[in-house]
Amino acid sequence: MRCHDFPKLELPVFSSAHAHFICKMAAVQGGLVDAVEEKTIKSEPVADATANNSANDARAPSSSPGSGVSPGVNKPAAGAAEDQQTLLAVLQFLRKNNLSESVEILRREAGLPEDSLDQKGGDSTGTGLGGPEADGRTDAGSLLSRVTVSSSAPLKSGKVAVAEDQPDVNVVLSAYSQQGDPALYEVYYSGLKKFIETVLDCHRAELSQVFYPLFVHMYLELVYNNHENKAKAFFEKFSGDQECYYQDDLRVLCSLTKKEHMRGNETLLDFRTSKFVLRISRDSYQLLKRHLQERQNNQIWNIIQEHLYIDIFDGMPRSKGQIDAMSGSLAGEAKREANKAKVYYGLLKEPEIELPLDDEDEEAENEEGKPKKKKPKKDNMGSKSKKQDPNAPSQTRIPLPELKDSDKLDKIMNMKEATKRIRLGPDNLPSICFYSFLNAYQGLTAVDLTDDSSLIAGGFADSTVRVWSVTPKKLRKVKSAADLNMIDKESDDVLERIMDEKTASESKILYGHSGPVYGISFSPDRNYLLSSSEDGTIRLWSLQTFTCLVGYKGHNYPVWDTQFSPHGYYFVSGGHDRVARLWATDHYQPLRMFSGHLADITCTRFHPNSNYVVTGSSDRTIRLWDVLNGNCVRIFTGHKGPIHALAFSPNGKFLASGATDGRVLLWDIGHGLMVGELKGHTDTIYSLRFSRDSEILASGSMDNTVRLWDATKAFDLETDDFTAATGHIHLQDNSQELLLGSYMTKSTPVIHLHFTRRNLLLAAGGYNP
Amino acid sequence: MAEERRQKQCSVTLPTESMKAIAESIGVGQLQEESCTALSEEVSYRIKEIAQDALKFMHHGKRRKLTTSDIDNALKLKNVEPLYGFQSQEFIPFRFASGGGRELHFYEEKEVDLSDIINTPLPRVPLDVSLKAHWLSIDGTQPSIPENPPPVPKEQQKVESTEPLKVVKPGQEEDGSIQAKGKDKGLIRLKPRSTHELSVEQQLYYKEITEACVGSCEAKRAEALQSIATDPGLYQMLPRFSTFISEGVRVNVVQNNLALLIYLMRMVKALMDNPTLYLEKYLHELIPAVVTCIVSKQLCLRPDVDNHWALRDFAARLMAQSCKTFSTTTNNIQSRITKTFTKSWLDDKTQWTTRYGCIAGLAELGPDVIKTLILPRLTVEGARIKAVMEGPVISNIDKIGADHVQSLLLKHCASVIAKLRPQPDVVDQYRTDYGYLGPMLCSHVMKARTQAALQAQQVNRTTLTITQPRPTLTVSQSGLSGSTGPRTPSIIKVPSSLALMSQRPGTPSQPSPPATKYIVMATSSGAASTQQVITLSSSQSASPVTTSVHSATSALQPLVKLDSGGSTGLTASRPLQKYIVVSLPPSASSSLEPKSTVIPTPIPSASLDGGLKLERSDSPGVRTQSPH
Repeated sequence: MRCHDFPKLELPVFSSAHAHFICKMAAVQGGLVDAVEEKTIKSEPVADATANNSANDARAPSSSPGSGVSPGVNKPAAGAAEDQQTLLAVLQFLRKNNLSESVEILRREAGLPEDSLDQKGGDSTGTGLGGPEADGRTDAGSLLSRVTVSSSAPLKSGKVAVAEDQPDVNVVLSAYSQQGDPALYEVYYSGLKKFIETVLDCHRAELSQVFYPLFVHMYLELVYNNHENKAKAFFEKFSGDQECYYQDDLRVLCSLTKKEHMRGNETLLDFRTSKFVLRISRDSYQLLKRHLQERQNNQIWNIIQEHLYIDIFDGMPRSKGQIDAMSGSLAGEAKREANKAKVYYGLLKEPEIELPLDDEDEEAENEEGKPKKKKPKKDNMGSKSKKQDPNAPSQTRIPLPELKDSDKLDKIMNMKEATKRIRLGPDNLPSICFYSFLNAYQGLTAVDLTDDSSLIAGGFADSTVRVWSVTPKKLRKVKSAADLNMIDKESDDVLERIMDEKTASESKILYGHSGPVYGISFSPDRNYLLSSSEDGTIRLWSLQTFTCLVGYKGHNYPVWDTQFSPHGYYFVSGGHDRVARLWATDHYQPLRMFSGHLADITCTRFHPNSNYVVTGSSDRTIRLWDVLNGNCVRIFTGHKGPIHALAFSPNGKFLASGATDGRVLLWDIGHGLMVGELKGHTDTIYSLRFSRDSEILASGSMDNTVRLWDATKAFDLETDDFTAATGHIHLQDNSQELLLGSYMTKSTPVIHLHFTRRNLLLAAGGYNP
Repeated sequence: MAEERRQKQCSVTLPTESMKAIAESIGVGQLQEESCTALSEEVSYRIKEIAQDALKFMHHGKRRKLTTSDIDNALKLKNVEPLYGFQSQEFIPFRFASGGGRELHFYEEKEVDLSDIINTPLPRVPLDVSLKAHWLSIDGTQPSIPENPPPVPKEQQKVESTEPLKVVKPGQEEDGSIQAKGKDKGLIRLKPRSTHELSVEQQLYYKEITEACVGSCEAKRAEALQSIATDPGLYQMLPRFSTFISEGVRVNVVQNNLALLIYLMRMVKALMDNPTLYLEKYLHELIPAVVTCIVSKQLCLRPDVDNHWALRDFAARLMAQSCKTFSTTTNNIQSRITKTFTKSWLDDKTQWTTRYGCIAGLAELGPDVIKTLILPRLTVEGARIKAVMEGPVISNIDKIGADHVQSLLLKHCASVIAKLRPQPDVVDQYRTDYGYLGPMLCSHVMKARTQAALQAQQVNRTTLTITQPRPTLTVSQSGLSGSTGPRTPSIIKVPSSLALMSQRPGTPSQPSPPATKYIVMATSSGAASTQQVITLSSSQSASPVTTSVHSATSALQPLVKLDSGGSTGLTASRPLQKYIVVSLPPSASSSLEPKSTVIPTPIPSASLDGGLKLERSDSPGVRTQSPH
């Protein structure tokens, strides 16, 4: 297995030379990555695999594409022709930039004949895009062939000149050049609208899904073909019909009125490069197909064939509510097969370390501890039974760092605290302690607390990171090297002696970033702190010396979020470049790159078993990635705005997500289903957290409230086999019953929540007077 | 709606004129119309693009406001050099000018004197970020502490009371707290009502507060009232307070317990001052109580001696204030109140005390009410007063009453008449217009005019200021009034302007104060200089100097001693008899409430007896001159 390649090194804390080296290497590496290549990587799965070799930042040290689990799990088989098309585009780009070696490699990898590029390239520039037409013909069937014949005749004349100067983008956009009479677009669209309005009620909701992607593509076609006024009129006439949750995208769209704008507009490229996925029942689909064939409505049929992916299922058509619950993302719903892969969501077995020490301790505490002695053993039995969890990944699926003595001590502390934990429930709500950051002048951008709630860190817009101790224990630095030499290393309290008492203070400031700090995360052992910033770097700080150890470069754009794995060593980051990266603290390059999101990755979280990573994005989807092979194993759609908060339930089974739309959605990871919706917040949700025993979900929002939800009840539903199979859910509107409490702060947005080991809820935010 | 807005967004582009202007500014003349259009579309598109990216930064910065730095970052994202120099936190003051068919927005650059910059002290260093913890919730309930917002925001209280149908969307505070207590398991979803259980702490607080408010210790009372006026967590207790007040008034009116009535009115005042409370729901209890204190026939045991007039004045002001705040078209408080007052005023059998209250209540409602309701009745009222004053003596009480009514009328009407009537004030004219009160009115109006003129001159004159926000007045009272003529000497009248100028106006005093709280001084005592005692003696001198005392330095000092003379300002020299000590709460902070610092009382010339002695004319006309 590939995973054995990971060296199990702990990062040397004091090795500044090492850090230097890493920084240097990272800089070199960062320079190599061309922005354009990155874009290509993220847009197409195949290009991803191949271009990784040339771009020199492959997924894993020894990986070659296809060696592990088949990379094609989330890739539609039907897209082969299209992929080839893209490959050609890449090749053209490389050739244009005189990267002949890369051309050679890519061509060999893709198995293209030597002359294919010339031929195809000439084809697309010369004869007016026979390529896509031909591809379309192969899978569109007889109807389409009729269509292409009829529509390709007029366009050949007009498009030749334009296509020549910008081969790369134009190849991508070229599909828009098939064009009917622009004046008829409105007629087509309103014809379809009329048809859908007259169909049976049960089909209407399903077919209405077609409106939005059709509208977008027709508009873009008009723009692409320089019918600016027609496009504007079209937009004005029909934009009001679209669902309100597409408003943000429509705003982007409406500002785009010229062909020149299309180049470099990422939203637009997303529309083109990813097919909009619709889920429609077979009956409804037949209905639509028949209508379009009868009417000879080729224009629309073309678009449906080329830009839409219709996921047809057998069975009852879905209701409007069911559709609305799942739609809203930039690229439609997730395909059903995208959520079919097996996910090992169970927890890893806890190492058995606690028994001897625990006993000792208890005896020290009280002598008549005979009856109590049995208790920890019973707990152990409980953790043993966890081992049989069929959903848990094997212990060594991902190599994890070995436990150090201090980790073991911490685990024991954790166990002890857990016995004193308050059982929460609807009748027993947690107390909330709120940490207000005063005088932050609106500059507080990120907060994190250590698991044992002893330290709190804040990231600020002025590029600083500040760490506070919230216990009476002050923060101390380690002594300087010269002073360390004088210490008696044999003494028992050497760990105490290395600390410099003079530096004790309640808070420390970490300087190093050159832009606002958007993400911050403590390592589980409290020795390190990660921060990600607008300057495109992630920095690792030592909490022993309060200095920066490493700057991880790779994201060339702002890094919105980062988080340590619950087992330490690994961490994940995601940012504006739409790629989530998995890192290990001792590697200056990422171990994995998770690409697939169509817009910024806004937040990243680790699964409690460290085998999976979840990312939320501005494209309004949530993706779950397998750390082992880098595959996307779940795509969750349903949010209507960028996702800003994610939280796994402590048992690893469920996921909660919050977005700018003010809703919290709950997901069953195993089944890949949405299981609940919590409405109530009126503004962006920035933080979510489950209580230690998963009974309560706390959410914190920009609307200055902390809300508590009954998580037990929310997840207590029977998913029969049918729903699991089709992925159709019927959400009850029971947010009000699930809401247990709502606590208003005094003009302080809640940007972080944390349950202490005893289930006290800590919240934090910056006070805005 | 949304559709229209979207269309607008779609079509918004920069005007081509701006393109021309910008082109000219960089030396490109004669830009063609076509290129202008193309440019403006391109530029508009790019600006929109950047704005969208900037929004991303705003979201990740966890803010609601887009800042210039967001735009900088968005530019950086596009590999464009950010615009430097727009980091100003403040609004950029563009000025607008038009003329000659052109419109200009420009940045105003002021000339700055260098020495000014050098000499100005450095601004305070901004405070460093700090962390503060507090309890947002304890076992599911939110404690009412200053760190938390008031349990029910004032807006919501207002909505609740004015539009009961829209009340509380389920799932807000109350809903949560009900469920939190596990009583409502959601079997039947009743409309959530606010629970009226008070926690133990709240019960204790309520007990302490109410006891302090009606107790004998003035310092405690001041603290309690302060707490009522500022504490954010009183919403739950509001029904209790209002019942307490209404019951208290009911009982004490019967008992003629003037002191308690005053305390209760001060509680009303404090409740109204609390910025987090909205009293509308409890007006049905509070208004009758207040009106009772205005118009009740008898408020004290010895109507000839006790100063129940001050209470009536104070309550009338409260009434006016609540009319101003709560009167809406649905509840019609103001018109109903006005009707009530007018009706009992018009009744011939109404006693002088009630009559006084009615007039005071009406007069406080503002000059418009005076003009339409009081002025037309001056003649009738004058005749009535004349009958009492000059007719056969019926009873002393009636006489005092008539006297007060007269001064009240003069006080309120003079300023209104001064504004209404043209300049030459002819006594005969007044007599024909207003009857018996005519001549007196005439002199008051003239005084009002001169005062207005003088004040216009003195706008910039330095004034001494009394700086504490809530002066508490303690009246010393001898009880023996024989030597001073018909009127009781115990009046302390806080000038009406005080109530309007300061947030917490001077309150009427209690008639029999604890002995520890006042100092009695002989007229000629010169020892007062260190105590900053102001003696107000009543005399005729009416030089309208605005005078007050600065007290920021002293923590707790007896400050103002008011003396009220006996007869209505007929004799010029009259020995002083009484002092009223004003004790200042130690917390008086001078600079925080600039509004309350100036008391433009037309207090006459300071006299010379060591301490600052302010003489106050008892003649009502003086007060009428005070502007408000």
